[in-house]
Amino acid sequence: MATRLIAHDLDEREALMASIGPHWDGNETWLVTAGGAMFASLPLWYASLFSGYYYVLLLVLVGLIIRGVSFEFTKHAETKTGKNIWLWAFFIGSVLPPFLLCMMLLSMVQGIPMNANGDAFPKFFDVVNWLSLVGGVAGVLLSLVHGLNFIRLRLDGPLRDRAHALNKIVYPILFAGEVVFAILVFFQTDFFTKRFASSLIITVLIVLFSLLGYYGVLKNHEGWSFAGSGLSLSMVIVLLFNGLFPRVMIATNPAHSILIKTAANSHYTLTIMTIVACVLVPIIAIYFIWSYTLFTKRINPKGNTVKY
Amino acid sequence: MLSVGLSIVSLARFQFAMTTVFHFFFVPFSIGMGFLVAIMETIYAVKKDKVYLDMAKFWGKIFLLSFAVGIVTGIIQEFQFGMNWSEYSRFMGDVFGAPLAIEALLAFFIESVFIGIWMFTWDRFKPGVHAFMIWMTSIGTMLSAIWILAANSFMQHPTGFKINNTTGRIQLTDFGAVITNPQLWKVFPHVILAAFMTAAVVITGMSAWGLLRKKKDENHFFKKSLRFGLWASLIFAILSAGAGDLQTQQIIKDQPMKFAATEGIYNTTKDPAPWTVVESIDAKNHKSSNAVEIPKVLSILAYHKTSGSVKGMNEINKELHAKYDKQFGKDMDYYVPPKTLFWSFRVMTGIDALIMLVSLVGLIFSRKNKDTIENHKWMLVVLGICIWVPFIGNSAGWFITEFGRYPWIVYGLFTIAQAVSPTSTVASLLFSNILYFLLFTLLGGVMVWYSRRTLHHGPYFEEKDSIQNVDPFAKEAFEK
Repeated sequence: MATRLIAHDLDEREALMASIGPHWDGNETWLVTAGGAMFASLPLWYASLFSGYYYVLLLVLVGLIIRGVSFEFTKHAETKTGKNIWLWAFFIGSVLPPFLLCMMLLSMVQGIPMNANGDAFPKFFDVVNWLSLVGGVAGVLLSLVHGLNFIRLRLDGPLRDRAHALNKIVYPILFAGEVVFAILVFFQTDFFTKRFASSLIITVLIVLFSLLGYYGVLKNHEGWSFAGSGLSLSMVIVLLFNGLFPRVMIATNPAHSILIKTAANSHYTLTIMTIVACVLVPIIAIYFIWSYTLFTKRINPKGNTVKY
Repeated sequence: MLSVGLSIVSLARFQFAMTTVFHFFFVPFSIGMGFLVAIMETIYAVKKDKVYLDMAKFWGKIFLLSFAVGIVTGIIQEFQFGMNWSEYSRFMGDVFGAPLAIEALLAFFIESVFIGIWMFTWDRFKPGVHAFMIWMTSIGTMLSAIWILAANSFMQHPTGFKINNTTGRIQLTDFGAVITNPQLWKVFPHVILAAFMTAAVVITGMSAWGLLRKKKDENHFFKKSLRFGLWASLIFAILSAGAGDLQTQQIIKDQPMKFAATEGIYNTTKDPAPWTVVESIDAKNHKSSNAVEIPKVLSILAYHKTSGSVKGMNEINKELHAKYDKQFGKDMDYYVPPKTLFWSFRVMTGIDALIMLVSLVGLIFSRKNKDTIENHKWMLVVLGICIWVPFIGNSAGWFITEFGRYPWIVYGLFTIAQAVSPTSTVASLLFSNILYFLLFTLLGGVMVWYSRRTLHHGPYFEEKDSIQNVDPFAKEAFEK
């Protein structure tokens, strides 16, 4: 997203793209894995959510597709127009998925029309309403500050300064957004009636981690900022699933809500998946982190084209 | 209502076919390219002959392009099971989700992380270490094929499961049986070898176009690439035919209807069975006519001996009715689309034979001591056109596999019509079909266009470019 907000020309946009270049595919794999893990552990939830939110996920796919190819295609484009087209695709593809996925989750937690088979039929205003919109925007803003914090870690020169300057503007908006978000969650969902204490604690944590990120901005601690924005993003997810528990999908008729225990696979399959995950995830984490340590030198475009 | 119901199923099927065929243009190509580029870089690491480094870099660029399109179109496949086939996901979740999730954990992470490292570290590692990165990527792509084929093999030939009496859904009982499914280990070599062949044919064809441009400084490069591609396509075309033969043996056992349809046999053949080269098929009346036959050959193909008859579709249809009528009712149609299967099989095998022949002729023409291939423009043009051929062959192969499972989505257990999302509407499917179609046309077009231009620039484009404008900062950008 930062390509449209802090970069002034093509070279700077490409430098920003290059900073995430070696990692985007690995990062996106977590999303693919999340989908696979959902299918492998809670297939009924996967089936209901994906078929119910058809158009939302269709647009998420479009976003992921144009973003994914934009990395390669920008490199190959030789004209200014060509590069611009793919950089726009990169931008749109970076905004759509966080917005739509947050919107989808926050629409679902308010309760949507479902039948006994688990088929969801959300109407337009079930999907698009105040809470889901604020949630979508908050998701985008959180992703933006997280990206800006990453840029401050990975780049040097004017881009780093501009990311810093933009952060100072975005964080106050984000705080306002978080307050509105918390109020709407309070009124529109049953999170606070069902689990008051834990929901409150997690909401406070989201704000605290965001504050930590802002503190990092003010004091110029880039590591703190990055950790802060990463943690507040994860806490949003924790908030949603803590509120959902023991459900994974909320129907307007509570009898049709999908519970973890009904959506789950057999004990045998889950045991196998747990073993597989426990063995593989630590190994993945090791080479994942190692791959990040390979690219620690700051990128400084200084008006020159970045070579790959 | 029935007609609307039918069109939802056919729209969903069309969408699956379209997205899968498009995705599968890039999958075998990427798997094969990764493997061949890894070999090129390894030869460089061992022999230190710079032309192999140039080859790895140049063909690596084409690999990256196809890899990018392959990934993004693969995400559609994953989402699609939930979006269009939610009843299938509910029915199959206990078995199907596991290989999909393991594919992500075991294969996608390896390939995505190591390809990221490989792309950006040409100057940072010793050749051997750098080659290790592409080997990891390549192994990742092959592991991915194993897991996705494990899932597909279960749909062709379910093993290691029971039907849960309370839910009516499939329940996994033996994970070992899923991954040792005989279907899987017959289909995997066939798919992988065909993938290697696909990439080899493309390398050959693009090198042929490169040679036609007659640039002196690129001649050595393209000739080396051409010979490399020709050898690889010959070897892998032969091997994939052998693997296909093994797979056929399995299909005769597990899915006799599929086999009878690929051979266009309605009535059980005489003993020994003749092989039908071509015939006209009357699918409506379950009859065929005008067959051109070669005696005994089908017995040899099917049983590797000169005797034995092959069961026809009419007889198999009766057997299937006897077996499944209790569960699925008398009105089921067990005939698979015979024309599609019959001709797809001939297209696939014909293409494989064509590639063997063309590669052999190409090798003869480009022998080391005879610098003649540049003088035979027609040969280079033929090789150049052949680029498109394996992609048609791959699609034909999957048509046989997937259409041959009709009317089931999970063989003998669950029909395609049962599997579709109850939430799907004609409108939503039409909309997504059109959107995907436009997106694919765009992506495919751009990918071919950029590949073409990469070829047009040739392998030494960047070196020439960097001599013209030396750029000290940019070079340092990715170095420690």
